[in-house]
Parts: sequence; C-alpha cells; structure tokens
Amino acid sequence: MSLDIKSIKKVASLARIRMSDEELERISPRLSKIIDFVEQLAEVDTDNVEPLANVVDIAPKLREDIVNDGGYEEKILANAPESSQGYFVVPNAIEDNT
Amino acid sequence: MTKLTDLTIEQALNGLNNKDFTAVELTQVHIDAMGVHKGLNAYITDTPELALEQASASDVRRASGDARPLDGIPLAIKDLFCTNGVQTTAASRILDGFIPQYESTVTQKLFDDGIVMLGKANLDEFAMGSANTTSYYGNVINPWKRDGDDAELTPGGSSGGSAAAVAARIAMGATGTDTGGSIRQPAAFCGISGIKPTYGRCSRWGTIAFASSLDQAGTLARSVKDNALLLQSISGYDAKDSTSANKAVPDFAAALTGDIKGKVIGIPKEYRMDGMPDEIEKLWQQGIEWLEAAGATTIEVSLPHTKYALPTYYVIAPAEASSNLARYDGVKFGYRADEGDLTNMYEITRAQGFGEEVKRRIMIGTYALSSGYYDAYYIKAQKVRRLISQDFIAAFEKCDVLLTPTAPSAAFAIGENEDDPIKMYLNDVFTVPASLAGLPAMSVPAGLDAGGLPLGLQVIGRAWDEETVLKVSGVIENLSGFKGL
Repeated sequence: MSLDIKSIKKVASLARIRMSDEELERISPRLSKIIDFVEQLAEVDTDNVEPLANVVDIAPKLREDIVNDGGYEEKILANAPESSQGYFVVPNAIEDNT
Repeated sequence: MTKLTDLTIEQALNGLNNKDFTAVELTQVHIDAMGVHKGLNAYITDTPELALEQASASDVRRASGDARPLDGIPLAIKDLFCTNGVQTTAASRILDGFIPQYESTVTQKLFDDGIVMLGKANLDEFAMGSANTTSYYGNVINPWKRDGDDAELTPGGSSGGSAAAVAARIAMGATGTDTGGSIRQPAAFCGISGIKPTYGRCSRWGTIAFASSLDQAGTLARSVKDNALLLQSISGYDAKDSTSANKAVPDFAAALTGDIKGKVIGIPKEYRMDGMPDEIEKLWQQGIEWLEAAGATTIEVSLPHTKYALPTYYVIAPAEASSNLARYDGVKFGYRADEGDLTNMYEITRAQGFGEEVKRRIMIGTYALSSGYYDAYYIKAQKVRRLISQDFIAAFEKCDVLLTPTAPSAAFAIGENEDDPIKMYLNDVFTVPASLAGLPAMSVPAGLDAGGLPLGLQVIGRAWDEETVLKVSGVIENLSGFKGL
C-alpha cells in the first residue's frame, strides 16, 4: 500500500511534527516502503492467538497507594526552557475573550 | 610491561589489588588515550575531571580495605542513561544541554560498585539505528579498517560509541542498551563481546525510553568474563521499574566453568538465509565444531516465524517509540523553538529537534496506532510476537541454547545501506527475534572475514538463563583465540 501525501500530512499533524511539502514528498516513498514491508504480517494466521505485551512471566507489582516521592520543584524545573514562580511557561494557549 | 589500556577488567582489578598501579593512573592512561582517539567520536561528553575525582576516591577506599567489586574500573556510559549533573542527550538535538537531576538505576549500581565514568558514549539518536549514523553529534568511526583500505567503517549501532570505545581501548568496558540488537551487532562489528540479558533483569529506570517492551540494558567488554562482572553489577530488582524482575541474581562469573559437556546446542534452520555470505556460513559451522569438540551436542531446530520478526519489530518498536517520544514537546526540558502559539511551538520544536530516522519511526508508529489501523498493525504485530516467542519456548524444550551468526555481514562503510531503510533494518535480522521474545543473548567475536574484519557469533538462551549463555560464549571465546585490536 502506498501512503498518499494527504494521509502522511495527517500523521505528521497527529505526531506534532511540522513538515514542509518538500519533506512530505521525500518521506513518502520511504514510509510506504516500510508499511509494505510490515504488511506481510497479514499472511500469518493469528486466529485464537492472544496479543503479547508482557514478554516474560513477571506480573507487575502493585505498590502501596502512598506518596513516597516528590518535594523537589527546583529539580523538576531545572531543565525547563522557561519557568516562572514554580510553573512551566508555555505560549498563550487560550484566547483572551475579555 | 603490558600497557594499562590493554588489560581486561579482571586483570586490572588484580593489578589494583596488588598495588601494581592506582585507579588514578589507570584512569589517566584512559583519558590520555581518549585524546589520541578523538577522531573516532566515540564520546559525546568527556568527563575527565569527574573520572579523576572518582578514581582518587576509589584509591582511598582500596587503601583502607573498603574496595568494592569494580572499584577503580574506567567505563564508558552510553548517553542514554541519565547521569545526575552530567549532560545526557540520547544523541538528539532535542535533549542538547539536558542535565538530569537524578541518576539512572544502572549507573547508580555501577557507581555503588566503584566504577569510574570516563564519559557519555555516542549512539544513534534515541538508539534508533544500526550504524551509528543518526547521532546529532556526528558519526562514530569503527577503529577497525579493512585490509589495505582506509575507508571509514561503521561501528554498528545503536551502542556504536560504547563498542568503538571498548575496542579502541579508551574504556575498559561500557554500558549499552539493546532494543533489537543494539549491543550485539556493534559488539560483533567492533570485535568485542556484549550481552543483552533477559528483559526485566536490569531496571529501565532513568534509561531514556525507546520501545519500553523491548529496551534492556546490558554490557560490552573485551572478554566474556568482564561482561559477567559488569552484568553482575547492573542486574537486579528495582522498585522504581515495575517491569524489573524480583528474582535472585546468580553469580555470573562463576558460570564460566568452560564445562559444556552434555549441553545441547540448537541450530535454527531458518537462520540459514539466502544470500548469506559464505564466510558467515563458514564461521557458524566453525562455531558448531568448536562446541562439539568441547563436549556439547548440536541439533537442528526450527523457529518457523523467524521471517516475521523484522516486520513485527518495525510495528511494535516505532509504535512504542511514538508514544514514548511524545514527551519531547519543548515544555518541561530540552530544546524549544520559540515560534508562535502552542501548537506551532510543539510542531516546530519537534521538527527541528528530531532527526530524520527518529521522525520516520515516530510517523510509522503514529500511523500504526492511529484510529482504524490499530488492530491491523499493532494488535496483529503483538499476536505474531506471541508466535515468535512460542517458537523459542518450543525450541528450548529440545536444546539449552541456540547458536547463530550475530549479523549478516561484517562492518560496512559509513553511508552504505542508507538509501533503503529496509536494507539497514536487515542488519538486525538475527538479533531482533530474541529481543521480541525477551531472551538473553550474547555476541562473542569468533573470527575475521576475508577483509580482516571481525565477525561475531550469537548465543541465545532461555529466559533468566544468562549463566548458560555466558558459559557457552566463554567456550567459543577460548577456542576461537580471537585477537582484538
């Protein structure tokens, strides 16, 4: 199956990666090639096969529902591109309607 | 006298104990050698001051009789492990300048055991690649050259900096991570050994995530014994990673008895691929003969779903990557493009911060997980993954380990295989299946190809049976008489 530019554009937007038309053109044949390659999975009979997510027989352990971490705001903000008064700062996301 | 950089970790620990040299001396010769081999680009960040500080603390401990298991051993740390206060990049522009405020469990365990960190080793961006050509910080160069040819070769990937550093003797050993072959393939290309333990043997806490159901830390070193010593240090349960296994960690070095009498070695017939170079076939046969001479028996086994391993991997790994890499949005850490409103900022940050291969994989993963395709790709791949895993379980009813080549070729030239993503992906054809099944697997150097480049053999074991993997690899190491650089 080949991925058309419109579908790739949609995927890029879902992935939040800006792509110019020229980039979309360039990436398209490569993505189509990979999709073609993985499509051979369709020929495997997987009726009555459970999907495998946990590869070894280790049941993840539940821990006590207690706070056992935290209290280091400065460390969390240390790598922020922009922060103020203990918060991460982002560009305006809500329109001002007043 | 043997140069200090030529010692194995085992020999260096003896030398330190015998007061033949100090940890500071051992560290200094490695720092000097790093300067000489700058051209390999094996490290993204050198940490010589930290290393010397750690080395002198190590000398104090040893002098007061408090030496720890790896005290004073200088290592390279793959730049995918977060190190407190030391830049950690995953070889991506999007993390350029990121200074972790915490220590990964794997590096914490190594520091607790006394190691000295020489620097953070280069890798493929977010560990995505098989040639170490996707790093924002430039390609890593393999210290090996073809006979009579000066072309620069790839060290393999993604742990290419780790493997090149160990092979070039600018680290005594290194950490790596392996998602589909990222320890074993570069180990083979650089003529050293490397092990990926069972999924869950080492904590993933503080290791930058690529594909969480596949990622596993491991080690690279110049001998099987050295790998056993390093693996000992990084293994074990960690409450901070709920997928790490609460299982006792055996004494890995003690498994290296050399005695494999009565062991049954499985030879998977599906790994005899069309177009495989004769010399790889020959080396594999040589490996079979060595193990038989040492008292093991070999039988042919079948892993019928082998041909579906790569397509399965190239759904699951990108799908998990697209989800894991959603966190790089220019808000909490890393690179931010200062562009317009929030959505513009996200999209341009990620467009500028990620390299081509990473973007490609995020796109494939996003597509495979998107509405209408999820069942056809992701769920389907997880089902085939179960069949692949069951193939191994069935094979291990008849044998104790599997023996295969590590990679379908020796190291190739930088730039080769770049035109076609599938060609590059085929590098991992022998390593991906064990990753999908979560099994321990080791590459051990076994010989040279016609051009004088190293080739590796891979030993795959049952889940949690790293001991037999190490034991059999140790026998191959002894009988091959392989000489590193």
